Amino acid sequence: MRDAAARNQAQETQERRDFLVFRVGAQEFCVDVLAVKEVRGWTPTTSLPKVPSFLRGVTNLRGTVLPIVDLGDRLQIACDTAIEDRIVVVVWIDRKLLGLLVDAVCDIVTAGDKNLQAMPDLTGEPIHTSVTSLITVDGRVIGLVALDQILADTRSQNA
Amino acid sequence: MSAEHPEGWIPPDVMAGITQQFFEECEEHLALLESGFLRLEAGDHDPETVNSVFRAAHSIKGGAAMLGATALVGFSHRFESALAHFRTSKTFPSHDVLKVFLKATDQLADLVRATRAGKELTDEQLNAASRELAGLADTTGTDTSPVAHTEEPAFSPVRVEFEDFAPAEQPWTIDFRPHAELYAKANDPIVLLRELKRLGEMDTVLDTSAIPLLSDLNLEDAYLAWSITLHTARTESAVREVFEFVERDCDLHVRAGIAETAIPPAADPRPVPAPALRPGDASQDAPALRAALQQPSTLRVDLERLDRLINLVSELVISEAALAEYAPKDSAQNPNFGEALDDLSQLTRDIQESVMGIRAQPVKSVFQRLPRLVREIEKATGKTVRLTIEGEDTQVDRSVIEGLTDPLTHMVRNAIDHGIETYEQRQKANKPAQGSLRISAAHRAGRVVIEVADDGGGIDRDCVRAIAVKQNLISADAIVAGEDIDNLIFEPGFTTADKVTDLSGRGVGMDVVRRSVQALGGRISVSSRRGAGTTFALSLPLTLAVLDGMLVSVCGQSLVVPLAALLETVQFSCDNVHKVGPNASLLAIRGSHVPLIDLGATLGYKPQSQLSADGIALLVEDDAGRRVALAVDDILGQKQVVIKSLEINCHRIAGIAAATILGNGLVALILDVNAVMASQKIGLAQDERLMAHA
Repeated sequence: MRDAAARNQAQETQERRDFLVFRVGAQEFCVDVLAVKEVRGWTPTTSLPKVPSFLRGVTNLRGTVLPIVDLGDRLQIACDTAIEDRIVVVVWIDRKLLGLLVDAVCDIVTAGDKNLQAMPDLTGEPIHTSVTSLITVDGRVIGLVALDQILADTRSQNA
Repeated sequence: MSAEHPEGWIPPDVMAGITQQFFEECEEHLALLESGFLRLEAGDHDPETVNSVFRAAHSIKGGAAMLGATALVGFSHRFESALAHFRTSKTFPSHDVLKVFLKATDQLADLVRATRAGKELTDEQLNAASRELAGLADTTGTDTSPVAHTEEPAFSPVRVEFEDFAPAEQPWTIDFRPHAELYAKANDPIVLLRELKRLGEMDTVLDTSAIPLLSDLNLEDAYLAWSITLHTARTESAVREVFEFVERDCDLHVRAGIAETAIPPAADPRPVPAPALRPGDASQDAPALRAALQQPSTLRVDLERLDRLINLVSELVISEAALAEYAPKDSAQNPNFGEALDDLSQLTRDIQESVMGIRAQPVKSVFQRLPRLVREIEKATGKTVRLTIEGEDTQVDRSVIEGLTDPLTHMVRNAIDHGIETYEQRQKANKPAQGSLRISAAHRAGRVVIEVADDGGGIDRDCVRAIAVKQNLISADAIVAGEDIDNLIFEPGFTTADKVTDLSGRGVGMDVVRRSVQALGGRISVSSRRGAGTTFALSLPLTLAVLDGMLVSVCGQSLVVPLAALLETVQFSCDNVHKVGPNASLLAIRGSHVPLIDLGATLGYKPQSQLSADGIALLVEDDAGRRVALAVDDILGQKQVVIKSLEINCHRIAGIAAATILGNGLVALILDVNAVMASQKIGLAQDERLMAHA
């Protein structure tokens, strides 16, 4: 057992990853830092027609049209920051860019596999589809956002 | 690496580059071959034309041998050999022989493309190629082209190669100062220089020192002189022979070696007419002279890099617009700022135009496929057609060119298959047996207009009407004016072909052409005269990267409506709006009624349609010609916008074609008029479902 634990530890030190933690309402969520392109302040968006309300619109990221997802709306958590003080975390999803609108960016945590666990079955909760894992570090419980699921509903709707 | 590989080994990545370049050049050579033969067919008796086709065939052979493409080497070798006969005997191939050459060119093109795709040619294809070759060898005569029958695909030393690269080259310096009489006798220095160029490598320096001040300039006088260094293996007499007919009308000094002194000044310039120096002539001859005297200096650039540059320039345009927006309103306070901004915007426009110019290509790349297409349709229909192509140098953006091939192919097919009558019909109508098809391109009012005109029977309006009634496109008692009948051929499903031919009439008709033209932001129109022919005109934007649009505001959002779809803007009030049923409204415009739609509600910006009692609307037309009026909150003005794809980061949004970035940095959406009108038809049920979901 002890040996196995040591081996696990050795593996974990190699597989530890960094996560960017941000806040939506009072809850903490994170994404893998490697998926993060940049963090920027809020800029006014242009609404898209006939899309779910969490797809807040598009904004200009130095000439590229960047869609913005209001993570509070997506997860149905009330945001507590005035809109112009919120933060946009620009992430890569596959080869597309997406802006996640959050209340604030907190810090970066490093976590290995032992800190990571699957989200308990919360079928029916709005969070169920888009947050699939939890990271527990120093007594904090941080939801890992499943980036590939963030826009899933909108795509099927428009297909 | 040299230790592991035998000498002459080429790394695979380098080889891939070489292969790619070879095939790119092959396309150019093939185009040269075809255009050369067509010129010869049109009666061009310039030996240089024969030389140029010979060189093209030779280059293909050389490259193919390097790549070890045996089949290609064999075919191009025989091609070259057959041509060598005409090159050495200085005769010109007859029309029949040219037909064989043109066919063989098509075959060579197939072979090149098959080789490029790495495909093995089927026996059938190879046999076809061999038959053509046998035809070539027979018609050119075997005695004068000693290698024409050789089966060996290897390099045989064709005589002309030695002529080209003869060892005993020697430089000659030629000073040539035409007198005014030379021009008066209708001689042209350009022709002489071109003739001279044929003897070998040549450097030409134009001496303009004799040109006086503008005030002293006598238009009748000859002021120009040329100093030429020619590297040739030919003798002095051969060089002098070029000037044989003008010797008395010029100062000519030919001496061995390279010049050290400038041309001696003109002895006694006498006033005489100088017709060859008229600006019109100069502009006509200049490209020909350039082509004759120098290799085209082009640079192959990766398209991706070019697109990146274009994107950056788009950014620059947006930044410049942003700067203008934030400029201090009080110009008196800082007049220099406004001036600098004007300069910047001028520069930005220039850069944008130049960069777009790089992407622009002559329509030639589409047009050059047409002669072959016409030949194939001729074969299939048994009709003979004289194809005239005009304005093939007209420049259009690459993206437009790419979208142009299919509709143009379809139109040419239609013109020959349906437009031009059969031989018997033409004889009865007292028309020349050979039909005529004219395809032209020209720039007109910031767009490119492409016309396909045939001299066939024209559109039979009674027939079109009857078919349209039969296919339920119009009702039997509908009153349709003459030109509107012509336009019925663009209706989906319309076809005049009584029977399905191999070429056209598979139910894929002009509606497909119209749709693909409209997809390019273009319009198509037809004009026809019974018995005299039909002309189709395509009007296309010069680029797909920018769009002319009307900026409007809807529910606080900025939207761009493409001008191509916009017919007019209309004021509406209770006087010209009529409510029909619970939700629909009709707007009366000059006697006819079109649906009036609340654009904000259609796009879901507000929960339900709330048309105010009066306001402003845009009358738009979709691809099928249906019209609606879109009520908007405000019209902000006409604008040229840079098109940004939404789909790069987002998925497709119904009703939105693309996006753009305004001067204030905000994104504005570009409306897809077709989709908006289609979604309107689906009805409110879907809207409600979407609203519930949101």
